[in-house]
Amino acid sequence: MLDFIQQLGRSGFDFFQRLGRANILFAHILGGIPGMLVRIPLVIQQILSVGVLSLLIILVSGLFVGMVLGLQGYNTLVDFGAEESLGVMVALSLVRELGPVVSALLFAGRAGSALTAEIGLMKATEQLSAMEMMAIDPIRRVLTPRFLAGFISMPLLAAIFSAVGVLGGHFVGVGLLGVDEGAYWSQMQDSVDLYDDIYNGVIKSLVFGVVVTWIAVFEGYDAVPTSEGVSRATTRTVVHSSLAVLGLDFILTAIMF
Amino acid sequence: MTDSAEPLVEIRNLSFARGDRMIFDGIDMDIQQGKVTAIMGPSGTGKTTLLRLIGGQIKPLTGTIKVDGIEVTELSRSALFQLRKRMGMLFQNGALLTDMNVYDNIAFPIREHTQLSEKVIRTLVTMKLQVVGLRGARELMPSELSGGMARRVAMARAIALDPMMMMYDEPFTGQDPISMGVLVRLIRELNDALGLTSIVVSHDIEEASSIADTIYLLSGGKVVAHGSADNLRESGSEWAKQFMNGLPDGPVPFHYPANDYAEDLLAGAKK
Ligand SMILES: Nc1ncnc2c1ncn2[C@@H]1O[C@H](COP(=O)(O)OP(=O)(O)OP(=O)(O)O)[C@@H](O)[C@H]1O
Ligand SMILES: [Mg+2]
Repeated sequence: MLDFIQQLGRSGFDFFQRLGRANILFAHILGGIPGMLVRIPLVIQQILSVGVLSLLIILVSGLFVGMVLGLQGYNTLVDFGAEESLGVMVALSLVRELGPVVSALLFAGRAGSALTAEIGLMKATEQLSAMEMMAIDPIRRVLTPRFLAGFISMPLLAAIFSAVGVLGGHFVGVGLLGVDEGAYWSQMQDSVDLYDDIYNGVIKSLVFGVVVTWIAVFEGYDAVPTSEGVSRATTRTVVHSSLAVLGLDFILTAIMF
Repeated sequence: MTDSAEPLVEIRNLSFARGDRMIFDGIDMDIQQGKVTAIMGPSGTGKTTLLRLIGGQIKPLTGTIKVDGIEVTELSRSALFQLRKRMGMLFQNGALLTDMNVYDNIAFPIREHTQLSEKVIRTLVTMKLQVVGLRGARELMPSELSGGMARRVAMARAIALDPMMMMYDEPFTGQDPISMGVLVRLIRELNDALGLTSIVVSHDIEEASSIADTIYLLSGGKVVAHGSADNLRESGSEWAKQFMNGLPDGPVPFHYPANDYAEDLLAGAKK
C-alpha cells in the first residue's frame, strides 16, 4: 500500500517536472522565432520535409474519408429524400471536424514521430552537444524551424485533406449514386459559412499543429539519449499527441459551435 | 592573450558529483599555453565530464575553472557562447551533423557565426579540408565516412573558426594503427602550426605519451600523478606505474567493489 502511494507520488512528481520542462522548452522555442524571420530558407526547408512527408498519406486518406462520407451520407439522406444536401453534409463534416482532426492524427503518426526520432537521434549522437560547444543554440537552430514548419504545414494539410475529401464525396455521390451535380455544389456554397465553418476549422488545425509539433520536438529533445530511449519517445509522441488532439477537439468544438 | 608562462586553463579545487557519487573531489590542474596536455585515467573516472566542465556545459559543485583568464563557472549564457567560439571540441564519435555533407558540416559554424560570402567560405572550408587531407571527400555524407575520416572532418569543423584551444575526447579509440598515426600527427601539427593549446583525453598510453608535453593521470576523483611521460614512467608512484605499464591490478583494482567471493558462491549453492 505504502509502495503504491509512493509510486503514485513519484509519477505525479515526474509528470509535473516534465510539464515544466516542456513549458520552458516552449518558451525557448518561441524566443527563437524572431531570429527565424531573417532565416526563412531554414523554415522552408523544414516545411518541405515535414509537409511532404505527410502529403501522400493525407491525399489518400482524404479521398477515402470523403468517399465513405458520400456513401454513408447518401444512405441516411435518401431516407428523408434529402440526398440533394449531400454536398453540405460532406463539406461540413470535413471542414469542421474530420479535416483538422484526422489530418492532425495522421500528421502526428507520420511527421511527428519522424521529428521526435530525428531530434532524439541528434541528441544521442551528441550532435546537439556539439552545436552547443560551437556556440550555436540547438533549440533555436534545430527545434524552432521544425516547430514553425509544423505550425505552418498543419492547416495547409488539413485544407488539402478537406478539399480532396469533398472531391471524393462528389465522386461517390454524383458519379456513382446519381445525386444532382448542381445541387451538390450550390447547396454546399450556400450553407458553408466562411467564419463559422472555415475559420473555425483553420483555428482548430492551427491549435493541433502547435500541440503536435510541440509534443514531437519536446519528446525528441527530452529523450533518454540511447536507441531504446529514442524509440520510447517516438511512441510517446504518437500516443500523447493523438490523445491531445482528440481532447482538444472536444474542448474547441464546445467553445466554437 | 595572457603571456606564455600563465596557464591557458587553470582549474582549482574542482568538485563535481553525479547523484551521490563524487566524480571529482578537489582537483587542481594547469593546462599550459601552446602545449599538448593529455588527460588519462580508467574508464568512468570523468574525463569526458572534465571536458564538459571546461566548456561550461555543466557547472561544478565547488571550485574555479579559468580559461584564458575568464571564470567559466560564472559566465552568462551569451558570454559563454562568446568564449566557446574560441574553443574547439572533438566529440568521441565526431558528432557530425548527419543531414549535411562534409563540406556543409565544416561550413556550418562559419555560416552561423559570420556574414562571409559563400566564395570566402568555400576558400576557408577547402583550406581546412586540405589540412586534414580530405579535400576529395567534400561531397560525401557523414554516413559514407569511416570512423577515422569522420573524426578528421570533425577536427576540420572544430578549427573552422580558428580557436585558441582544442579539446579531443578519446580521438584514438577504435582506430587502426595507420589512422591512429594520422590522428596523432594531425593533433601535434595543428597544435604547433596554428599555435593552439590542446587537451587530449585518451586511454592510449603509447599515443598519448608520444604527443603530450604533460600528462595528468586521474583516478577516483583525484589527480594521482602528473608530469611528462618520462617523469611518470620513472616516478615511484604506484598509480603511474600501473597505468603506464598497463598492469591489470594495482591501486586501480581489477574488481568492481563486491561482497566476499566465497560467500557469494555459497549463497548460490544454498538455494
Ligand atoms: N548524464 C549522466 N548522468 C549520470 N551519470 C553520468 C552521466 N554522464 C556520466 N555519468 C557518470 O559519470 C562518470 C564519469 O563519466 P565520463 O563519461 O566523464 O567518464 P569517462 O572518464 O569519459 O569514461 P570513458 O573513458 O569510458 O569515456 C561515469 O561513472 C558515469 O556513470
Ligand atoms: Mg568519455
